[in-house]
Amino acid sequence: MNTNITSVSQTHSGTEAAKMPEQHYLNAGYDLKSWLLTTDHKRIAVLYFILITFFFFVGGLFAALIRLELVTPKGDLLTADVYNRVFTAHGAVMIFLFLIPSIPATFGNFLIPLMIGARDLAFPRLNLLSWYVYALSSILFVTVVLLGGVDTGWTFYAPLSTSFANGYVVLTIVAAFFAGFSSIFTGINFIATIHKMRAPGMTWFRLPLYVWGHYATSLIIILGTPVVAIALILIAVERVFRIGIFDPALGGDPILFQHLFWFYSHPAVYIMVLPGMGVISEVIGCFSRKRVFGYKFIAFSSMAIALVGFLVWGHHMYVSGQSVYAGMVFSLITYVVAIPSAIKVFNWTATMYKGTIYLQTPMIYALSFIGLFIIGGITGVVLASMAADVHLHDTYFVVAHFHYVMVGSAVTAYLAAVHFWWPKITGRMYSEFFGKLAAIITFIGFNLTFLPQFVVGYLGMPRRYYDYSFAPEWQIWHAASTLGSTVLAVGFALPVFYLTYSLIYGEIAGQNPWGAKGLEWEEASSPPAKFNFDKMPIVNQEAYAYDTPARGQTHFRGVTSRESLSIPPTSAETSHI
Amino acid sequence: MFDLDIPFFPEQASTIAVLTDVFTFGVIGLGLIIGIIVVILMISFVVRYNHDTTADRTNPVDEHTTLELTWSFIPLVLVLSIFVWSANIYYNLYNPPSNAINMYVIGKQWMWKIQHPDGQREVNTLHMPVNQPIKLTMTSEDVIHSFYVPAFRIKQDVLPGRFTVMWFEATQTGEHLLLCAEFCGTEHSFMVGKVIVMEPDEYEKWLREGQTALGANAAAPAGQTISGDALFTQKGCVTCHKIDGTQGLGPNLKAVGTQVELDTGDKVDYNEEYMRESMINPQAKIAKGFSNIMPTYQGQLSEEEIILLIEYVKLLNGGK
Ligand code: HEC
Ligand code: HEM
Ligand SMILES: [Cu+2]
Ligand SMILES: [Cu+2]
Repeated sequence: MNTNITSVSQTHSGTEAAKMPEQHYLNAGYDLKSWLLTTDHKRIAVLYFILITFFFFVGGLFAALIRLELVTPKGDLLTADVYNRVFTAHGAVMIFLFLIPSIPATFGNFLIPLMIGARDLAFPRLNLLSWYVYALSSILFVTVVLLGGVDTGWTFYAPLSTSFANGYVVLTIVAAFFAGFSSIFTGINFIATIHKMRAPGMTWFRLPLYVWGHYATSLIIILGTPVVAIALILIAVERVFRIGIFDPALGGDPILFQHLFWFYSHPAVYIMVLPGMGVISEVIGCFSRKRVFGYKFIAFSSMAIALVGFLVWGHHMYVSGQSVYAGMVFSLITYVVAIPSAIKVFNWTATMYKGTIYLQTPMIYALSFIGLFIIGGITGVVLASMAADVHLHDTYFVVAHFHYVMVGSAVTAYLAAVHFWWPKITGRMYSEFFGKLAAIITFIGFNLTFLPQFVVGYLGMPRRYYDYSFAPEWQIWHAASTLGSTVLAVGFALPVFYLTYSLIYGEIAGQNPWGAKGLEWEEASSPPAKFNFDKMPIVNQEAYAYDTPARGQTHFRGVTSRESLSIPPTSAETSHI
Repeated sequence: MFDLDIPFFPEQASTIAVLTDVFTFGVIGLGLIIGIIVVILMISFVVRYNHDTTADRTNPVDEHTTLELTWSFIPLVLVLSIFVWSANIYYNLYNPPSNAINMYVIGKQWMWKIQHPDGQREVNTLHMPVNQPIKLTMTSEDVIHSFYVPAFRIKQDVLPGRFTVMWFEATQTGEHLLLCAEFCGTEHSFMVGKVIVMEPDEYEKWLREGQTALGANAAAPAGQTISGDALFTQKGCVTCHKIDGTQGLGPNLKAVGTQVELDTGDKVDYNEEYMRESMINPQAKIAKGFSNIMPTYQGQLSEEEIILLIEYVKLLNGGK
């Protein structure tokens, strides 16, 4: 009965040499049209992956310019104006074009249907549209940069952005607006998919924690993004039509903009990190060969973060002129929202207790994530304290904090995902040696780059400064940071080489090279077939049943034998729009 | 070449600096204790339960509600205590003591203009006496800036269109960096200056020398040496606000520090921000018993003139 590929177990025991499946989504068509007009969630994920990787390195180039300028106290490499345009471009590209879409648009797209046993997302064409809207947004950003850039900072604070900045503010806003729409489309798609397309037996509490992370993230995206989109449009309106909204000279209120902006942009930091936390849950579970500790606490902590995260935006405004009492309320809620993050860290650690730990590349990234996230979290609590933030706000301490969470945590999680699901996506293995090497270099380089920034921030170095010749003694910290960033750059560049190499020369991975549980590993080939599963999977266990034999073999937690329901592909392909 | 004594810690030059430092490093320390415990556990699990070891793996646990509640509750109690500690410091930061000397700060792209109580002005330096609370009433002529003195551990955004207030008390004489912490355009990183803390008698001397050297409204740019007194007449305030004790169309302007009753029945503090709003947006709050006939002076008074008028009104009441 279980002769089809979906139920033959090819676990890590590796008795027979792994073979590429004959039919899979990658060889389902080679012409450009089969890629650019595809509605296959896996191909769209690959399209995203290519663009996002490109923009990660574009953003990295801007970062290199920033770090080089700051090696010396005097502004000598760039002019002040160009420097401001460079850090604005760095922030905008990294946030709008890389980090916000990173895990959701690539791994969310690729994996959610596979993990819940669906053939595609609920709205495949909307999914393709989201990629085109994202591509449009990225073209607009590139145009802005080529025209000379914009110098408002990615935060667009008024009235600087509406009445004083002289770059291409409106065009940048249009670009950010499109990027926002692209992520709203993705968010809607994920929510609908997770609600309606789960395979029989895939109850909410059997969902992988990764899917829970995306569910929470999607809620934030569709509730928060419209607010920032409108705030940005209002900036454009004030700038073009001189209608007073934020600029007091026109009768507006500049604090209003900050409220609207952070109402989205604080939750946005969770858009960046919740999917990453989901990745870490999967990786830690798999490489400890153990059920993730406290499943429900982790799942609910994602939801708690998503909801309570909407009530803390004022912690970016303690010194903005907002009322003292408002500041206190925001601070209190911020502390509370730190608790669910701490819970996750404790649970991941507890997962390893009595596990069977394999230190393969994705696990190294995951452990590095936990370490860096702890530092990001501690400094987050420091900044959430009004007493400390009055000194530290808008200094390099904040810069270091948010890099610990956005790069140290979110990007590290992204890399963990790349290395964990690479064999699933491409069907090939990369070099374990280079994988581990890159993970370790990244960890060292990251800390070398950003630890010094905590010190120089505490000394008083404000962020967005091009010149610090008034305090040349700070140079040693900036130089250390720049040195670290070159190490970090090596760590980030290495995977490009060995992963590309693996595409052609990599060992064939086989269906489940890590011996992981979860439908995407046990029921789908690597690379998966065009419609993911030959048969509608029936789920009778959760994604972390590591103490039970592989699916399709003998016994499962709760249920004794597994049935495979044959459903012709067309009827599983339910709600296409 | 690099300076060999590497700076690790900023100078503590205000009463608040010590409080902030003890607080911040207290919180970091607490966080590190928890963080290090977690990391040690993590490493020991990785070593002990590595797949090639034969450690005891019987009875693995994957759920433990009591444990979950414990490690949620302990951090909660910790952060709530941190909150009380932090709120206490923050509250004081925003409540200037009554004996604070008031100075005005005007930020503009890309300089700081400072005005002392008896009219001396300076640019990008702020002279002040040691061991004496100073209150800054600040506004901006263009974008948002932020007045930041790292040695004092204090900053406050400076907004166009309204006053924001901060205060501090220096404990060390000497020069301290004054920086702009809010990105404000091209020369943001050049919007820097110095706070010069002096012994009180030196400060007095500095004030007097400023006056004798340059005349009454010392550092005022040429052609702008108008006094608040003259402005009050020139801008027509005096037609409604009488200064000879008779009752005009507007209220006789009274002392800062008291409260005003509005026509809505609410009471508001009669302070610099209220006076400023009365000139720029008089319709916003109407004093009880008067009609809303006061014209707006938005666009007709510069920030400097507004400050001169406020100081003049305060002078009418004996300088309070
Ligand atoms: C046309 C008459 C008129 C002129 C001219 C005028 N005011 Fe007024 N002002 C009023 C009236 C009436 C009120 C009370 C109603 C209100 O609060 O708006 C008032 C209120 C005030 C207040 C608030 C006082 C309180 O007790 O609530 C201040 C301060 C003030 N004016 C300052 C000025 C200054 C400074 C000028 C000149 C730049 C000026 N006014 C010019 C009529 C005038
Ligand atoms: C979980 C992932 C997190 C991410 C991705 C993140 C990201 C960021 C970013 C991007 C900023 C700076 C925004 C800017 O000014 O450009 C920031 C600032 C801040 N973060 Fe976080 N953060 C995270 C976690 C936390 C936590 C757990 C806390 C507190 C409990 C926290 C508290 C703060 C505070 C208070 C600020 C404002 C600091 C200031 O501007 O003075 N953050 N964070
Ligand atoms: Cu925030
Ligand atoms: Cu500035």
